[in-house]
Amino acid sequence: MNAFGRMLAQLRNDGGSSAMFLGVLTAVTLLAGFANLVFPEGSIFHVSTFTITLLGKYFCYALLALAVDVIWGYCGILSLGHGAFFALGGYCMGMYLMRQIGDRGVYGNPELPDFMVFLNWDALPWYWHGFDMFWFAMLMALIVPGVLAYVFGWLAFRSRVTGVYLSIMTQALTYALMLAFFRNEMGFGGNNGLTDFKDILGFNLQADSTRVTLFAISALMLGLAFIASRFIMQSRLGRVVLAIRDAESRARFLGYRTHDYKVWLFVFSALLAAIAGALYVPQVGIINPGEFAPLNSIELVVWVAVGGRGTLYGAVCGAILVNYAKSKFTALIPEGWIFMLGALFVVVTIFLPKGIVGLLNKRRRKNGTGGGTPLASAEAGA
Amino acid sequence: MSKFTEQMQAYRYNTGFALPPYNSPPIDVSHNIILYIEGLTVSFDGFRALNDLNLYINDGELRCLIGANGAGKTTLMDVITGKTRCDQGTVYFGQTINLLAHTEPEIAELGIGRKFQKPTVFEAQSVFANLELSLRTSKRVWHTLLASLSPVERDRIDDVLDIIGLAAQRDMLAGALSHGQKQWLEIGMLLVSEPRLLLIDEPVAGMTAQETERTAELLTSLAGDHTVVVVEHDMEFVRSIARTVTVLHQGTVLAEGTMDYVQNHPEVIEVYLGEAP
Repeated sequence: MNAFGRMLAQLRNDGGSSAMFLGVLTAVTLLAGFANLVFPEGSIFHVSTFTITLLGKYFCYALLALAVDVIWGYCGILSLGHGAFFALGGYCMGMYLMRQIGDRGVYGNPELPDFMVFLNWDALPWYWHGFDMFWFAMLMALIVPGVLAYVFGWLAFRSRVTGVYLSIMTQALTYALMLAFFRNEMGFGGNNGLTDFKDILGFNLQADSTRVTLFAISALMLGLAFIASRFIMQSRLGRVVLAIRDAESRARFLGYRTHDYKVWLFVFSALLAAIAGALYVPQVGIINPGEFAPLNSIELVVWVAVGGRGTLYGAVCGAILVNYAKSKFTALIPEGWIFMLGALFVVVTIFLPKGIVGLLNKRRRKNGTGGGTPLASAEAGA
Repeated sequence: MSKFTEQMQAYRYNTGFALPPYNSPPIDVSHNIILYIEGLTVSFDGFRALNDLNLYINDGELRCLIGANGAGKTTLMDVITGKTRCDQGTVYFGQTINLLAHTEPEIAELGIGRKFQKPTVFEAQSVFANLELSLRTSKRVWHTLLASLSPVERDRIDDVLDIIGLAAQRDMLAGALSHGQKQWLEIGMLLVSEPRLLLIDEPVAGMTAQETERTAELLTSLAGDHTVVVVEHDMEFVRSIARTVTVLHQGTVLAEGTMDYVQNHPEVIEVYLGEAP
């Protein structure tokens, strides 16, 4: 109870930015959901289901960006493989949704998903068992990425692998997983992945109400993840994490087992990414090995860099803004996006090292309206 | 002087009465020696930074290590604190604890604190937070997640802030402090962690004469309850604090004794003081 009280106090104590963030998130979610369900199509107040799903997708990306910010912005660990945890969470949800299809698939086999029938498999592989139960699938969506992050982090951080070497290893991790999931023998649908989902917990995935609910749950999880991350970063553990970022050997000589902290934070971050993935899949309706692509993981680092590292809400804003730009831009010139993204990264790195949030804070300070405490600049990158 | 002594007494009073619920194994100093270093050899690519070094530090003493650059002073501290692995030799903390079998954090928990040559503080955090991070308490992940400062701990940090003269800067970012203040902050971080043995590498580099004097006063007042090993180049400073001085040369102990004895030692004059008058 004490910890909970402190959590609330902290949310009030950071110049109102956390409260503002949570307020905006709640308002957007309630208004958009309400406008979709209450106003009929054609009304000027109506928000289309397409927009709702798009927003839900953005919130999942925002949660993913939050996960990267926790590890990169605060602990200085640049993971270029966080897409792997996102995709693993997504696959677990996808496996549940596949099993929910039952005999409504093209081949009408009640036991086997379509792609297994197509591959002439006669029984469900052992690792597919249990995924017809929602609770089990959701547990796995956390356990599988969590254990992977733990093992990877334990090996890497214990051997004191840091900096660019660690980044390359994370990149290799997601690339290896992508190649593995592309293989049909793996039993995850090969390059087609898992798709053609029908319903979740008995609710039709195409129904407006289901879409709005998934969108609202995404917003809720984003809010909870934000509060949890804020709590961690404001606790003494958060200060140890900053200490590790800035002077790891000093922290060791103070008695902190720094690798334990890094592994802990890495697993926490991977869990956030996994939750994002599990929420993403029912909303977009497909999960395939493309989600493991190294480029995806790099892209999400760009979101965080654009928004601003080490503030949490900066990462969320970055993810939403860049993805909004992507939606608009790819509609105009589909092939141009990748160049646009590269240019964005270069521009942000050179001109906005603290991202959009850093720029706004600077503005605010210049105008002399608060934000000028010495601690405000504590968010400087590693 | 008198105010300073009062502060130190208050500090001792507070620490003595409220040890945190945290236990490290007892250090067996029944032979009155807290640190045994025997036959220590460390080589880097064939260069012997430490060469069959023997050194014994008595419990509660203030020992100064001097020696030219490359004599092995910092390497010795690195080995004691677990940063560098040695090729041969033994390092015991008290009678029973083999330091070579422990990692840096474990050694810190055993009660060996270290101040680096270049002042190393957490620059992106406030002076107060720097001290809070150094408190002698459990350093486990889950504990730090839920830890909050007890009134006793808060008082201890305030006492140390007074001792190191940074009470007015408590909410300032450590990165904004002057070089001398950072040195003091790092010494303060050592104080709140209540180590049994303090290894202090060049504490007065970049300090004004006044600050140097205050540091000397602080270190001498710490000896007794704590064991202090100081590495320093500033001979004036060493003379002002030293009871026993050990001269290192090419990785071995060249001479050991009072400052006067050491300064008149013919070999020392030849290799060290002769070179750098």
